[in-house]
Amino acid sequence: MRSNFNFFSDQKFRSLFYQVLVVGLFALGIYYLTITTAYNLEKRNIATGWSFLNNPAGFDISFSPFLDFKSTDTHLKVYYVGVLNTLLVSFTGCIAATFLGFIVGIIRLSNNWLLSRTAYVYVEFCRNVPLILQIILWYSILLLMPRIKQAIELVNGFFITNRGLYSPRPIYESGFSIVFFVFIVGIIASIWISKWAKKRQERTGQRYPVLWTSLGLIILLPLIIFFLLGSPMTFEYPVLKGFNFKGGMVIRPEFIAMFLALSIYTGAFISETVRSGILSVTKGQREASAALGLKPTWIMRLIIIPQALRVIIPPLTSQYLNLTKNSSLGIAVGYADLVHGFGGISLNQTGQAIECMVITMATYLCISLIISFFMNIYNRSIQFKEK
Amino acid sequence: MSSENFQQSRTPPIATTGLLGWIRLNLFSSWFNSILTILVIYLLYQILVPFLNWSIFAADFTHNYLGQQIIDRTFCTRVMDPEIGGACWAIIFVRFYQFIYGFYPVEEVWRVNIVYSLLVIAVAPLLIEKFPLRKYFLYFTLIFPIIAYFLLAGGFGLAHVSTKDWGGLLVTLVLGFTGIALAFPLGIVLALGRRSNLPVISMVCTLFIEFIRGVPLITLLFFGMVMLPLFLPEGITLDGLVRCLIAVTLFQGAYMAEVIRGGLQAIPQGQYEAAQSVGLSYWQMNRKIILPQAIRITIPSIVNTSIGLFKDTTLVLIVGQLDLLGIGRAVLAAQTWMGLSIEVYVFVAVVFIIFTFSMSRYSLYLEKKLKTGINMGAD
Repeated sequence: MRSNFNFFSDQKFRSLFYQVLVVGLFALGIYYLTITTAYNLEKRNIATGWSFLNNPAGFDISFSPFLDFKSTDTHLKVYYVGVLNTLLVSFTGCIAATFLGFIVGIIRLSNNWLLSRTAYVYVEFCRNVPLILQIILWYSILLLMPRIKQAIELVNGFFITNRGLYSPRPIYESGFSIVFFVFIVGIIASIWISKWAKKRQERTGQRYPVLWTSLGLIILLPLIIFFLLGSPMTFEYPVLKGFNFKGGMVIRPEFIAMFLALSIYTGAFISETVRSGILSVTKGQREASAALGLKPTWIMRLIIIPQALRVIIPPLTSQYLNLTKNSSLGIAVGYADLVHGFGGISLNQTGQAIECMVITMATYLCISLIISFFMNIYNRSIQFKEK
Repeated sequence: MSSENFQQSRTPPIATTGLLGWIRLNLFSSWFNSILTILVIYLLYQILVPFLNWSIFAADFTHNYLGQQIIDRTFCTRVMDPEIGGACWAIIFVRFYQFIYGFYPVEEVWRVNIVYSLLVIAVAPLLIEKFPLRKYFLYFTLIFPIIAYFLLAGGFGLAHVSTKDWGGLLVTLVLGFTGIALAFPLGIVLALGRRSNLPVISMVCTLFIEFIRGVPLITLLFFGMVMLPLFLPEGITLDGLVRCLIAVTLFQGAYMAEVIRGGLQAIPQGQYEAAQSVGLSYWQMNRKIILPQAIRITIPSIVNTSIGLFKDTTLVLIVGQLDLLGIGRAVLAAQTWMGLSIEVYVFVAVVFIIFTFSMSRYSLYLEKKLKTGINMGAD
């Protein structure tokens, strides 16, 4: 070993040095931030801690379909309402966007020139306009709907107004839980039957009418039970009284605008992933299945889509994540989601910015992680299994 | 068969060539396709005719149907007579200055115009590979942000203009371009950090990237608005626009990092080994060998991410910045122009489409060029 050994030219020492440096700077930064923040909070008389969660909120939330919210309820309940509203619009948006995306993605590959061009124009328009602008645009179109007095009646009991869509409200009577139970049992039985039918087909080659059996179990059977029990569900219709509707239920324009904008915007992106997924299946696959004599719809369902899904699912997951995060834009039209209700109004009322933001961000992180987790499980189940 | 009997090939049936053939093949190839075509034509007719009528034929531009010049909403045909009036684009003409410059003082607006023109000169050589004297123009691109800053904000004898007076397209472009320009180096650093062999550095970068990507941009903007002031020592206040810029840059940096990481992963291990075996240091290896290749193959994705950032700049209106959409909302809030929201939003949408659509076309063009380039390299 040379006498003038330089520690810095030793790779192990160097990497240790850099890492200690980073950790040290990080710790120093945290320490410094804590001190300044504590000082700032004290100077501005901002309380700290989590006790504000149990204080009454003192404001109303116009849209809370799951929980009954009054202004005397706590900030914690504002949080729950916000999370539920975020999940509601994300979940319905994801489903609608997936349907729209798959349909448009397949349409874009149609050999009908006019149809595929129309789909292309839709995709380009919706992808290139900022989402928040689309939300606001939908909202202002919905506000142009007629006033309550001139409400348009779509079908019996459904009214379009500038304050939302009024519809009949189902009222469940005693025997309804049995119908619901039968419905759930029907779903479970259908899943089991389809698995059994698949096994049987692989063993004997005989096909079993899974679709019709499932439809019968899920829809017909509960319906029969429903009528046998003497229709244990009635509808309460909205009735115009004075300046407003009494009874029934209402879907607020904020929700409709969010739902439309989120599903149409994300649908445009999903259609692109679906299109590239279908294109990724080689031409030979299609030709080979046509040579075997499969019908075009079967080629799509049995050959193309299962292979395309392997390519589609990972980007689809990130689209779901994007949609969920984009649902936070509800604040632009006053949709009482997590960011607007808890991260916005509660934060302004209590002034406890750090606590509110930490909870809001942590919640989004959790939702993102949960979505990725389940989509990864699904992704693993459809990936090509080498034998 | 003898050669005398050789027949000239017959011309194809009229129904398979020319316009007629094209229509038959692409629109009416089967009865199902024909039904679809007719259905689409009907739907387009139902949508496009009222829209064109509203936006062009029945619309007011600067004068209403009586020939009066429109100065506020009461002159709009559709306000005077909703039966015959279409869109009232006069709001765009009257408020055009605000849409482009915000509340920038009129006597100083030449500075913004210079910045807009210089912006074109700074960006063009970046995008066009065969730009004459590209190398020298790229130096200008590097110093352009400094020039633009002093021109817009003031200094060196120019009057100070507060960022509160900036608005409209100006704020959108400042946020968009500065965000992209800052997020790019941040993304490179984060991507290299995430792939680093040093566990602590890799962990810090991964945590940062995943955290930012897991939360919505709006929470980061709120963070910049309500939490950042609490973190700063007394006496230091940050400009509202700067706070937005920090949030947007951090957000975009994390996404950029993932794009660049994808490019880094695509570089074969042999490139690293070869670079190390000729004795290059870590930074030399990345700067001269790895990054140029990785960035080259990810440029289309980088442009796509930038389109996302450009659209996301509209979110700053929620924290009170008057970007293009924010100015639109501010214009609509005034009594004089109330109720013309659809016109304003359609105008803003068209401006965004012009920018983002040309960006996405550019990214497609690059992708095509890159593909042919790689194929040629393989030959």
